[in-house]
Amino acid sequence: MEERYDSWPVKAYTYSMIIWGLASLLYGVVISLQLVYPGLNFGEWFSYGRLRPIHTNGGAFGFGLSGIFALSYYMVPRLAKAPLFLPKLAKFNFWLYNLTIAAAVITLHLGFSTTKEYAELEWPIDILVVLFWVFFAVNMLGTILTKTVSKMYVSLWYVIATILGVAVLYIFNNLAVPASLFKSYSLYAGVNDANVQWWYGHNAVAFVFTTPILAIFFYFFPKVTNLPLFSHRLSIVAFWSLVFMYLWTGAHHLIWTPVPDWLQTVAIAFSLMLIAPSWGSVINGYLTMGNNWEQMKTNYLAKFFILGITFYGLQTLQGPSQAIRSISSLIHYTDWVPGHVHMGTMGWFAMTIMASFYYVIPKIYKTDLYSVKLANTHFWLVFTGQIIYSISMWIAGIMQGAMWKATNADGSLKYTFQDSITASYIYWDIRSIGGIIFLAGAIVFAYNIFKTIQQGSQASKVKTEGAV
Amino acid sequence: MSENQVNVLERKPVILIIVTLLVILIGSVVTALLPFFMEGMEVKISTVRPYTALELEGRDIYMREGCNNCHTQTVRPLRDEVLRYGEFSKSGEFAYDHPFLWGSKRTGPDLARIGGKYPDSWHVQHMTDPRSLVKESNMPAYAFMATTPLDPSNIKSKMGALRTVGVPYTDEEIAAAPELLAGKTEMDAMVAYLQVLGTMINKAAVETVVDSATVSPVVPDSLVTTPETEVK
Ligand code: HEC
Ligand code: HEM
Ligand code: HEM
Repeated sequence: MEERYDSWPVKAYTYSMIIWGLASLLYGVVISLQLVYPGLNFGEWFSYGRLRPIHTNGGAFGFGLSGIFALSYYMVPRLAKAPLFLPKLAKFNFWLYNLTIAAAVITLHLGFSTTKEYAELEWPIDILVVLFWVFFAVNMLGTILTKTVSKMYVSLWYVIATILGVAVLYIFNNLAVPASLFKSYSLYAGVNDANVQWWYGHNAVAFVFTTPILAIFFYFFPKVTNLPLFSHRLSIVAFWSLVFMYLWTGAHHLIWTPVPDWLQTVAIAFSLMLIAPSWGSVINGYLTMGNNWEQMKTNYLAKFFILGITFYGLQTLQGPSQAIRSISSLIHYTDWVPGHVHMGTMGWFAMTIMASFYYVIPKIYKTDLYSVKLANTHFWLVFTGQIIYSISMWIAGIMQGAMWKATNADGSLKYTFQDSITASYIYWDIRSIGGIIFLAGAIVFAYNIFKTIQQGSQASKVKTEGAV
Repeated sequence: MSENQVNVLERKPVILIIVTLLVILIGSVVTALLPFFMEGMEVKISTVRPYTALELEGRDIYMREGCNNCHTQTVRPLRDEVLRYGEFSKSGEFAYDHPFLWGSKRTGPDLARIGGKYPDSWHVQHMTDPRSLVKESNMPAYAFMATTPLDPSNIKSKMGALRTVGVPYTDEEIAAAPELLAGKTEMDAMVAYLQVLGTMINKAAVETVVDSATVSPVVPDSLVTTPETEVK
């Protein structure tokens, strides 16, 4: 049965996931240290303003998309009970995709940037992104359309939403008029540009950090725990409300800016409503565990997934609260936001993706995981690293917000801006330590995966040689 | 939704794809597309003009160096913010900003009203070596700008591209641009851009914007001036 499914793309994207993953984490540690030791800005190619977008794009589109691609190529044919639609195209697309990401890293180092967050890449690279996305879509949708099962499991729904969502968002946010090969100007101006950008930006959260990860969660979580999903119906209801609501919330990134009040209010209202579908998924995960919570002790993978969905649950309570005007006025623009961001990216996003590879790699290499002990070490390292990161940034964020607001009895400002920077250094130090611990966890993960691959390849070599 | 309809969606991928796309488009059309056709989105301010060639080059360097990763360019209508940075930002001030550069993180202070705050020489010194002026700053040094001559070869196509997206540059302005850049360094351009930021709106213009509240989406003036009403 297994042989029906092409494992080449899964294997290939595993490598690119590890390479881009470790690279983007390393960039993360470097920019974190640069904020404390500005001497680490080595010349223009390696200065903070150019490295930060490499970290964010590398995390989302290098590490994240590689993981999402690998796991989609694994689960979509299995869920559709159909072979991969065009295996040759998948091979070609792997190289196109990696070429694009490498070009992205290089051009961002060179300073070719549109500055729009998570859409910094200049127009020639945007075209490559659209191409690899279309090829991915063709393969996934083609496989789904040739399915031999009657019902589509909810993971397929989320894959479809991901494909459509990213396509619509990416194209419309990146429309620009080129002035030269690596310079273009956004089609939109000022307030409209900001509004379109954050419609995109928040929905990058929706369609890169959320829907594909829910697809992965709903497929792999029941697999690793050997428990049926608590409610398919609940997951479908959550799907429609999530996909409907997310698109209305972009302006919650623009609270108190010149964007019209009605847009801000609509975004705030929909942000609050988003708690319902988000928690629909969280509860579905928890109830799937049913009476089997002892797996938290006996099954290392249950731990990863439950912690991942818990971080998602916390994230989707914190996010809506940040959208509220009074809270936004305190934490917007401060380090609170990176605290929020990394609970989602390090906790939910990276945790869920990495855990799924612990399941997939032994399956396709027909072997056992090299070391469960190391997987547990990985778990505790990334968990500790993430907690240190977010908590230090939440404290720093509230402190900065409060210092910026504080006034003396006569109504004058109590602190200069510099005072808030000086007071932040200790937290940026602590954050860097958290990041290094997280990176160490990721290295343990990479080692464990490589060893498992090696073990599986050797075993299959012995087998084939034995047959001869 | 009846049991039947759910079944169709679960069984027929083409229908699922179409319905999902429509559902995604509803919120997108209302919140991202519709505003383009709404009057209140961008209030015209007569004193706001397109950037000069030199300022534009400075803005492009600002984008190239990713200053927006540490600096915002919007003053919110909150009391402390107006005290710290100056008049809160108006939609019309960004009419020629392709793209907008509002940013999302204040590792450094807001720069929306930086123009005129310091003399040119302060900026040159600060960009060259921030810590020589502000001891505990973590801003990177950009000393190379002072020694890098501006490359005027692209300015015409840049202004042409901006004209395509709606910035009203005249043929004469575009033709004269390369000459204006001759002999200038990247530092000259950077400083020219910083010095114009937030200065195109004068007090009188602010008042008219706030008065014409019918079209103005900006937060009422009272929020800014009365100390007790910092946040509603
Ligand atoms: C790592 C973050 C960072 C980056 C990147 C950065 N800055 Fe700064 N900037 C700061 C900090 C922190 C301060 C406050 C301390 C100081 O004045 O040096 C500051 C201050 C300033 C000031 C003075 C503001 C005032 O009101 O006193 C200007 C002007 C400025 N930066 C311009 C720039 C420009 C232009 C760039 C891009 C070429 C840039 N900055 C890149 C962090 C940064
Ligand atoms: C070793 C672990 C990591 C470290 C040390 C790290 C560090 C950082 C730093 C220093 C910033 C800039 C914050 C600022 O502007 O002040 C940042 C931003 C960001 N990082 Fe990470 N990061 C790590 C892991 C990740 C991962 C796994 C992702 C996943 C995609 C990620 C995604 C992002 C995003 C999206 C932002 C932008 C946040 C914003 O605009 O508010 N990071 N990171
Ligand atoms: C119900 C769901 C969520 C809501 C309503 C929400 C809301 C918000 C809000 C209001 C901000 C802006 C904060 C500010 O700048 O003041 C924000 C930032 C952000 N959130 Fe969330 N959030 C949600 C879930 C998530 C999830 C699951 C992730 C996954 C990683 C995530 C990642 C981010 C990122 C990357 C940013 C930073 C954007 C930037 O400034 O560059 N969010 N969120």
